[in-house]
Amino acid sequence: MLSKRIIPCLDVRDGRTTKGIKFKNNVDIGDPVAMARHYYEAGADELVFYDITASSDRRDIMIEVVRQVAAAILIPFSVGGGIRNLQDMRAVLLAGAEKVSVNTAAMLEPNLIAAGARDFGSQCIVLGMDVKKVASSEAIPSGYEMVIHGGRTPMGIDALWWAQEAERLGAGEICLNSIDADGTQAGYELTLTRMISAAVSIPVIASGGAGTPEHLAEVLTTGRADAALIASMVHYGTYSIQEIKDYLQQRGIPVRLLW
Amino acid sequence: MIAIIDYGAGNLSSVANAFRAIGQQALITDNYRDLDKAAGIVLPGVGAFGDSMAMLRRLNFVEALTDQVIGQGKPYLGICLGLQFLARESHEHGVHPGLGWIEGAVRRLAPADKRFRVPHIGWNNVEVDNPCPLFAGLSPEPIFYFVHSYHLVMEETESSLLTSACYHGEKVTASVRRGHIFGVQFHPEKSQREGLLLLTNFTRVVYGEERDAQKTSHTGAHTARRLGGAEHPV
Repeated sequence: MLSKRIIPCLDVRDGRTTKGIKFKNNVDIGDPVAMARHYYEAGADELVFYDITASSDRRDIMIEVVRQVAAAILIPFSVGGGIRNLQDMRAVLLAGAEKVSVNTAAMLEPNLIAAGARDFGSQCIVLGMDVKKVASSEAIPSGYEMVIHGGRTPMGIDALWWAQEAERLGAGEICLNSIDADGTQAGYELTLTRMISAAVSIPVIASGGAGTPEHLAEVLTTGRADAALIASMVHYGTYSIQEIKDYLQQRGIPVRLLW
Repeated sequence: MIAIIDYGAGNLSSVANAFRAIGQQALITDNYRDLDKAAGIVLPGVGAFGDSMAMLRRLNFVEALTDQVIGQGKPYLGICLGLQFLARESHEHGVHPGLGWIEGAVRRLAPADKRFRVPHIGWNNVEVDNPCPLFAGLSPEPIFYFVHSYHLVMEETESSLLTSACYHGEKVTASVRRGHIFGVQFHPEKSQREGLLLLTNFTRVVYGEERDAQKTSHTGAHTARRLGGAEHPV
């Protein structure tokens, strides 16, 4: 039976992880390679890296990080943030990432998804979606709108329409982030996740709002997500991945328990 | 030495990294002549079947593989697309001929129940159908990382070649074996402990029993170290 995936997410700026991550053991908390290795050994099913480096001329640093991570862990990982064209995709994939995540650039140029799927295969192309709840309107019938700049800039694109369009263009997976839930640790946006999951046939990774193992159980059952992104709840040492998986297993949710 | 065939499909470093992790020398090569020096051959791959077969042909690998694997009997491990190449043909975006070492066709996954998503992405347990040296010492239903939309559907007459399968709304071919020719649909190089054990088992097939003992101790230590920190309910 296919397991539900638990995926820690790491933000990287100028080659260093950004959050004040606390571990009991001697992990260098700013080093993305050491962090990757830590989560690999702790039972993560996959990892996500978001490059939040502002300056594009420092992109090479991220490529070097990707190369080192690929040598340090033998599970899949994806890289997002600042992927603007096929060249960016190629660089990240050749450095050893399994997947690239495209977000803003794909909304501005949807053919980027089709071109990426053609050159590298659909399974390499993850569509990152930042979504905000709005009043339902003619332009946004689903009541969920695509946003950028951390939610400050609405795009006038309906999230439900965009998810289906991206699938049609060849995206292999969707990483669905609720801007409203992000950072709250109050639970995932279940209505949104369930709506998108039901509307597409590619896997959906839920993101934003995870605070307790119960939140993951909700989004993986009621929300129908295939995988759950987690950050603060493991970065600050509140829960271990083992604890989360043990809880999910008790709730009857299939998870990978041997690694 | 184990040769990893590079036909331009993209990143092969993860396969080389996995062999390095079990202390095995592996060479990534796009030169068919290197297969001559190799004791075993690994053909990894993600990407489109037709384009990839065309690249293999252009680089003279189809002829070299036939010579080395069929002619000289060198162990072969096909990963993902490397398994699918064994088929007579693939129905991925048109019909494309494969190596034809197994009677069967590569077809798109078509689970009737829409809750089973395509691509089939993630960790899935496989059920071992026929004894296979690659599964020696693994858990009864080992778990591997899959990422694919197509799989090999073998003819009835070849059903004994199926060594494991998984369920994803339908029965999915997870691994096959014809003598010294092995194919896995999943990615052992991305499947942590059991993936490394499977690759270790392949190198045992490649090098035979004498080198076996020596290698076992090495990989055993590696695995034990990584498993040391956590307690496992299984």
